[in-house]
Formats: sequence, C-alpha cells, structure tokens
Amino acid sequence: MVQSNHTEQHTLIALVEDKPGVLTRVASMFRRRGFNIASLAVGNSEQPGLSRMTFVVNGDDHTVSQVAKQLDKLIDVIEVSDITNKSTVTRELALIKVKTNQMTRGEIIQIVNLFRANIIDVGSESMVIEITGEEDKINALHNLLSSFGVIEMLRTGLVAMVRGQTNGLANGHSEQVNSSSNS
Amino acid sequence: MELTGAEIVCESLLKEGADVVFGLPGGAVLPLYGALSVYPAIRHILVRHEQAAAMAADGYSRATGKVGVCIATSGPGATNMVTGIAAAQMDSVAVVAITGQVPRPAIGSDAFQETDVTGVTLPITKHNMLVMDVKDVAQAIHDAFHIARTGRPGPVLVDIPRDVLLGDKTEFVWPSEPKLPGYKIPTVAPEAQVAAAADLINQAERPIIMSGHGVLISHAYGLMTDLAEKAQIPVITTLLGISAIPSSHELNLGMSGMHGMAYANLAIDEADLIIGLGMRFDDRVTGRISAFAPNAKFIHVDIDASEVDKNIKATVGMVGDLKAVLGQLLPKVEANVHIDWLQHINELKAQHPSHLVRESDELLPQYVLQRLTEVTQGRGIVVTGVGMHQMWAAQHCRFTEPNTFITSGGLGTMGFEVPAALGAQVGRPDVTVWSIAGDGGFQMTMCDIATAVEAHADVKFAILNNNSLGLVHQLQELFFDKEYIASQYTANPDFVKIAEAYGIRGIRVTRKDQVLDAVQQAMETAGPVIVDFMVKEDEGLYPFIPSGQSVKEMLEEPTLKEIT
Ligand SMILES: Cc1cc2nc3c(=O)[nH]c(=O)nc-3n(C[C@H](O)[C@H](O)[C@H](O)COP(=O)(O)OP(=O)(O)OC[C@H]3O[C@@H](n4cnc5c(N)ncnc54)[C@H](O)[C@@H]3O)c2cc1C
Ligand SMILES: Cc1ncc(C[n+]2csc(CCOP(=O)(O)OP(=O)(O)O)c2C)c(N)n1
Ligand SMILES: [Mg+2]
Repeated sequence: MVQSNHTEQHTLIALVEDKPGVLTRVASMFRRRGFNIASLAVGNSEQPGLSRMTFVVNGDDHTVSQVAKQLDKLIDVIEVSDITNKSTVTRELALIKVKTNQMTRGEIIQIVNLFRANIIDVGSESMVIEITGEEDKINALHNLLSSFGVIEMLRTGLVAMVRGQTNGLANGHSEQVNSSSNS
Repeated sequence: MELTGAEIVCESLLKEGADVVFGLPGGAVLPLYGALSVYPAIRHILVRHEQAAAMAADGYSRATGKVGVCIATSGPGATNMVTGIAAAQMDSVAVVAITGQVPRPAIGSDAFQETDVTGVTLPITKHNMLVMDVKDVAQAIHDAFHIARTGRPGPVLVDIPRDVLLGDKTEFVWPSEPKLPGYKIPTVAPEAQVAAAADLINQAERPIIMSGHGVLISHAYGLMTDLAEKAQIPVITTLLGISAIPSSHELNLGMSGMHGMAYANLAIDEADLIIGLGMRFDDRVTGRISAFAPNAKFIHVDIDASEVDKNIKATVGMVGDLKAVLGQLLPKVEANVHIDWLQHINELKAQHPSHLVRESDELLPQYVLQRLTEVTQGRGIVVTGVGMHQMWAAQHCRFTEPNTFITSGGLGTMGFEVPAALGAQVGRPDVTVWSIAGDGGFQMTMCDIATAVEAHADVKFAILNNNSLGLVHQLQELFFDKEYIASQYTANPDFVKIAEAYGIRGIRVTRKDQVLDAVQQAMETAGPVIVDFMVKEDEGLYPFIPSGQSVKEMLEEPTLKEIT
C-alpha cells in the first residue's frame, strides 16, 4: 500500500440507493478492507428512494481516498464526496442518562441550561438529557456530567451538510433536489 | 404471453446471448431446469461438482470475452460455487451465477438447504441480488449481465427463490436499459492527463510497458503493441496479461515478478518510466514496494479508480477504458528508437537467460512444455492449474493470439485446470485446449473429466506429475529448513487407468524421447486425452524473488549459464 503518515479526521457523505442490504454492503466493505468507521449515520434524503450516509473516518489522505473510491465502486452507491475541507454544518444528537439525587439535581439542571440541552425524563435517582450540537459540545457536556455518574449514553453519530446552494455532491443531482423542494 | 419466472430467466439468457450454461440441478432450482428443457437454444452442460460450473463459466468467459453462466441449487449447490466465484472476482472475469433459493415464505427460517447466499458471496462478487418478485426477474438478469461484462468485469450472483421461479406468471418485458443509477463506467481520460503521460513517454530513456489483464479485457492489445512499436518500448506482461502480444515479438520480455524472467525484473529495476496498462501492481509483481522500480516514474491506466494510487503512487494516473485511453495517447507519442536501452536489455537477457531450459537427461517439466509448445506452434489455448507447473507454463509456453493463456492468478485456485479448460474449449470449439495440470490440482477436480467427455470437449490434459504439491515442497525447502511435511504423495492414482475409466486415451511419459510422440498422439486423438508426464520430482522453480523481497534477492537457476 502507498504509505503516508498524516492521520486526520475526514467527513464523507454518500448518496445511496435505499435498498435492502445497502448498509451491509457498506459495512462489509469497511470491515474487509480494514478501514475504521468512527461514526456512521444513515437516513432518508430529499430524493425518494435514496438515503444519505455521513461517515466520519480517521486516516491519512491515501486511506481516506481509498475509502471514498471503494465506496463509490459499490453498485448501490450513487455518489461519494469528501467534505472535510468544505464549509459545513455538522450536528450530532446524544442522550445521556445521569445519576442524580437531591443534592446534585440543581447543579445538573444548571449545567444542562448552560449547554442549551434538554431534560427529557426525570426519575428519582436519574435523569435523561438530550443534547444536539457539534461533537466538541457533546464531549464537553459528557465530561462535566461524568463526575455525577453517567449510567448510559447513546450518540447518533455525526450528520453533516455543506453550506450554500449545493447538495454537497459533485454531480449535484440538483434537478431532483429542486423538483423535490418545489413539490 | 405470461411466463413463469423460470421461463423469463431463459428468455433473458437468450436476449443476453448466453447460449451455454454450466450447472447442476437440485430442489430449489428445479423449476429453472424445467424451463431449460423447453429452451433447447440454451445448451446446458451438466458438471459433476458445482465448483466446476463456476470455473467452467470463468474459462468460457476468458476464452471468448462473453459472459460465462453457471447455475446451482440453494444451500450446498450454491456454496460449492464459492471458490470459483471468488477466483472470477479476483481476476476480473465476467460471470453470472444463478442460484435457486428456498421459497420466499421459508426465507429466514433455516429451511431445508437454506443458505444466505447473497450474504456469503457479498465480499466475493462484483454485485449480487436476491430477486423477490417475478416482475423483477428480467431486469435483474439484464442488470447482472451489464454489471458483469462492463467496466471492470466480475462475477454477479442472482439468487431466485423457488416460488419466484414457479409461482405467479407475468408478461415478459425485456428492459430497455439497466436500472443502475449508481453504476458508472469510465471511458476516456482527461486530455490534460493524456498530454502529461505523453510527455513522460516522449522524455523517457528507459521506459517499460507493463501490460496486464485489462489490455486483454478491453481488446486493446493492438493499440498496446502499436504504442510499443512506435516508441520502441519493451513490453512485460503480467501473468494474466500473457498472450496480449505474441511471444515471438522482439519487444516482448515475457512475465516479470516473483517467478518472472530475471532480465525482465532487472530491466524494471533500471527503468526510468513504467507504463502500467490494465494491471494492478499485485504483490507477486512488485515484491517489496519500496524497492520496486526505484528509478522510475509511473503512468498507470485502469478502469477502476480504486486501483490507481492503491499500491503504487502514479506520476500520472488515468481512470478510463484502455482502448479509449490508448487511442487518445497514441497520436501524442513520438516515434522513438531507444537503441541503447533495448541493447542493454538484450545483454541482460544473455547474462540471465531464464527463458532457456538446461540440458538434462532427466524428464524436466520445462522441457515437456518446450516440446509441447513446439508441436502446437503456440496456437490453441493453454489453461493451467496453480503451482510450479503454472509458472513453468507462463515461462515456456509460446502464444500467438490474445486470450489464449488462462490461469487463476489472484486467488491461485488449484483445481482450476480441469473445469476452466473444459469451459474454454466449449467456448472455442475451433481450437485445441491444453490443460497444463499439477498432479495435486488435477485431483481436486478430476471428477469433471466426465463432463469433458460428455461435452465432447477437445481438451488434452498434460499432468506435470511430480508426485507432490511441488510449489509447497519448494517453499519448505527454501524457507522452512527442509522440514517437509504434507507436500509429497505416496499413493497417487494411476492417471492412465483413470483415463481408461473415463473411456478416454491415457498416455504415460517417463523419458524425454517419448514427449514429442505423446503430444502428437494426443493432438491426433479426438476428444479428451490424459498424458501423465512423470517429471523430475525435485525440480526447482526459478527465478524466485522470495515474498516481500526485491530483485536484489532474486534466486536464479544455478545451472543456467550465460550465453556469450
Ligand atoms: C503461484 C503464483 C505465482 C504468481 N507469480 C506471479 C509472477 O511472478 N508475476 C506475475 O505477474 N503474476 C504472478 N502471479 C499472479 C498475480 O497474483 C496476479 O494475479 C497478477 O499479477 C494480476 O495480473 P493483472 O494485474 O494483469 O490482472 P488483474 O488482477 O486481472 O487486474 C486487471 C486490471 O485491469 C483493469 N481493467 C480491466 N478492464 C479494463 C479496461 N477495459 N481498461 C482498463 N483497465 C481495465 C482492472 O480494473 C484491474 O485493475 C502469480 C500467481 C500465482 C498463483
Ligand atoms: C485450493 C488450493 N489449496 C491450496 C493451495 C496452496 N498451494 C499452492 S501451489 C500448491 C501445490 C500444487 O500442487 P500441484 O497441483 O501438484 O502443482 P505443482 O506445484 O506440483 O506443479 C498448493 C498446495 C492453493 N493454491 N489452492
Ligand atoms: Mg505436483
């Protein structure tokens, strides 16, 4: 393999056909070729029958370009784009269940408010907090809550979107984008 | 008229020009066989083991450039094809495998002979699909053939439940086009890259073309040879690229790599430009990457974007179809002579004559191949197994026409020699196919001699019988302190009697003076013949660049003397 040693975090987005087995094909390709997915989020796109995937991949430029090419080679994958160096908005959602008692509840609520997070469930000895934001913000909240005891955490993985009049992909599929936004 | 799924499969096969299929029936796929019985235009060749169906389809495809088709039942039938499918995937061969599946309501219930075949073959196919509606059958077959034969070819598996084959009928509508929005087929390369490549070629003093399987796949051998001749660039072929240029061509240096010609490897070491065409710089070709062609810039043309910059960082990498890209490139390349370079390579060849066979009273396997190729005059097709005999065939057989050397390279699948030869001959009934077999590999698939007999396939099996898993034995000699284990046979069968059991001619050869006669007799006998060449058992395979090493560590045959 071509070697280089500068590892960094890349964000890739892919438009894929919404067919049974697509996720298996993608996951199988990553596993088989020894690529690591830091996170993966999948959901419907603006175009019926197509899903959008956001990948966060750690690796040097060569590895990540191999990931993108191998992804693109899958028949069900329509387009892949490395948006790492583009101007993007990124978000992740996390649910964090934290231990509480009468002494700590107030302090936790203060922290939650500071982060503009939400409390979505309260029990006598625990509370579930919902937070949406960039990765760093979620990490920071998680760190602060750790001292109270985090019972459970669930993160959705990053979703990313390129800013401006584009759908983030080179070929754009912009006609479909427009027609579906008009309808 | 409304048709069953099975009938639609047959209609679709005919639309795709598939007039031969290799297979073996079973419960889940029986409806398809029912339909095949009323479609005599599709010739079905009954194999003895489904592995042979997949490998025969592979050999058929490589010999003809068409898509090879194989059929098996669910469960064990399908899993028996796995090795053949994996081999086709590694070597980019256009194969469509059709498997029966348990009925839809039974899927997921661990039903009798249920195997998740699309799951099993997911990493070893170019694509696969499970067809869950009779209305989708025609589109699925059309898409499968389209994917298998275009772009970088590869195997596609179509799994069809029994009740889709034989349930509701539907109108047969042949799709106007593939329904594959995510499938792209590169064609031409950007002009700027072509111009940059031409500049590199025009400036090079010591260029080499490395011509791979892609040159054969894209029918670009003529253009590749034009390029070589116009600028007088020597050509090296990969194992799978052999036969793209006649063996007798003065610019042809033969194969390089682990068991390639010593002078070809030495030339690569000194080259200032490597032009890699439709080849993927496999580790058998490059050895240790950091020491491969250390003085060279690289031009790399491949239809698969993921191959460019994968193993070797290209100075100019172009993604496109070779025929198109060479068409763009050729007019921009200036005529050249490279007299000093070609002369230097001739000196290397004289100093390291690995293409020669040494004098010996014993029956050397290389000698057998030399005589054999003299008799055939390099015509017809040669198919091999995997091991020493394969490498000797690559080194010593001569070729005159493209697509006439068929071998399992990437997967290195022993047993390929019998079914692939059968498939090749069925595809090219106009030529004789020589199967150069190992005694080990031959025994993995020799049950399908019967298939060759039934199909009246004109295949001559030449077993280079060293009573051992020769290549493994040599690895133990060189790298495991001669700790020989599990690499020698003590009770090989009598292959002449095996021939007789199948009702065909068997000839045993133990001495040099019998070789020519045996080969000629085999050629003169109609249908399959087995020739059992009892070759020198401990003959070493050279040259040999040990795995992960470079040309500096190349082992050459000690007894081959410099020709002066
Ligand atoms: C025991 C053993 C020893 C071996 N030793 C050697 C050795 O010494 N030397 C050697 O060379 N090999 C050797 N091999 C074979 C080796 O493992 C590889 O299989 C072989 O080198 C691959 O050749 P290739 O790259 O030309 O073909 P493939 O692996 O088939 O690759 C073909 C390439 O062409 C591309 N392509 C396809 N169609 C087109 C098109 N239309 N336009 C452009 N590009 C296209 C494909 O994308 C692919 O990248 C050995 C194998 C075995 C089993
Ligand atoms: C299916 C399979 N199993 C094991 C191997 C490992 N292997 C490579 S070459 C070889 C020996 C082949 O023996 P034979 O067919 O007699 O050929 P020879 O090397 O003796 O010419 C073996 C076991 C393989 N390539 N394929
Ligand atoms: Mg042997």
